[in-house]
Amino acid sequence: MTTAALQLVVRRSPVSGLTPDGARIHFTMPSQVDCIEHAVSLVARHCLAGVAADDRLRFRLQVAVSEALANAVVRGNGEDPAKLVSIEAELLPHHIVIHVSDEGPGFDPREIPEPLTPDQVCGTRGRGLFLIRKLVDDVCFNERGTTICMTLSRG
Amino acid sequence: MGFHTRQDDSGVTVVRVEGQLIVGNRQELKDLIGNAIDAGDRKFLIDFARAGYIDSSGLGALVALSRRVRDAGGELRLSGLNEDLRSLFELTKLDTLFAIADTPEQALTNF
Repeated sequence: MTTAALQLVVRRSPVSGLTPDGARIHFTMPSQVDCIEHAVSLVARHCLAGVAADDRLRFRLQVAVSEALANAVVRGNGEDPAKLVSIEAELLPHHIVIHVSDEGPGFDPREIPEPLTPDQVCGTRGRGLFLIRKLVDDVCFNERGTTICMTLSRG
Repeated sequence: MGFHTRQDDSGVTVVRVEGQLIVGNRQELKDLIGNAIDAGDRKFLIDFARAGYIDSSGLGALVALSRRVRDAGGELRLSGLNEDLRSLFELTKLDTLFAIADTPEQALTNF
């Protein structure tokens, strides 16, 4: 499957009664690392369209979404072609809220250490969740550890 | 997205990252430099002046390559990191692990 197989469905409807200007986008992608860059591009394009977005916000969003998708594709779904990754973003006037969900067994984010000890700094893995936490304004997970929710402030 | 390689006059293999360095293409970079090591190259500069963003897999690949080059008796330097990219290295303390220059020209000095 190529990246052209990605499907994006955009709904321009209020995300709640209090945010008439908000919108929600949703799409799914196959569990292929080759699709991640294109998916990140789609999320960034729709999340930052029509509003003033500085380069720093774009960079933070791109890296955080790329990390979340890589975790979902590789660790969550194990690159299983039968499993999909779901991306949903709420585009609010002052915030962007992005949910990334996989079909894997889930994990406990509290068990992931910060990769800053001397041994870990020289390691080749374990920086993904750490970077997400540093780059976005808020991170939370569902109880099973299969969905990550990342909030970025537009301000 | 891709990697452009050239040989500097001083014998340094310069790899320019064009676009992202992420989970989807990190192996390509590892293979590119691994093959160059096998061919006898020992001095490497990876330039990010035309790069977009790097994810943790890309950072991990750089750590692995640094180790492999060092084990072969060589050296790996980095250049061209903009403020955002440099912040990733600082957050992860990888700025303490790599020789990072502002420009390729500075990195190639006294290589």
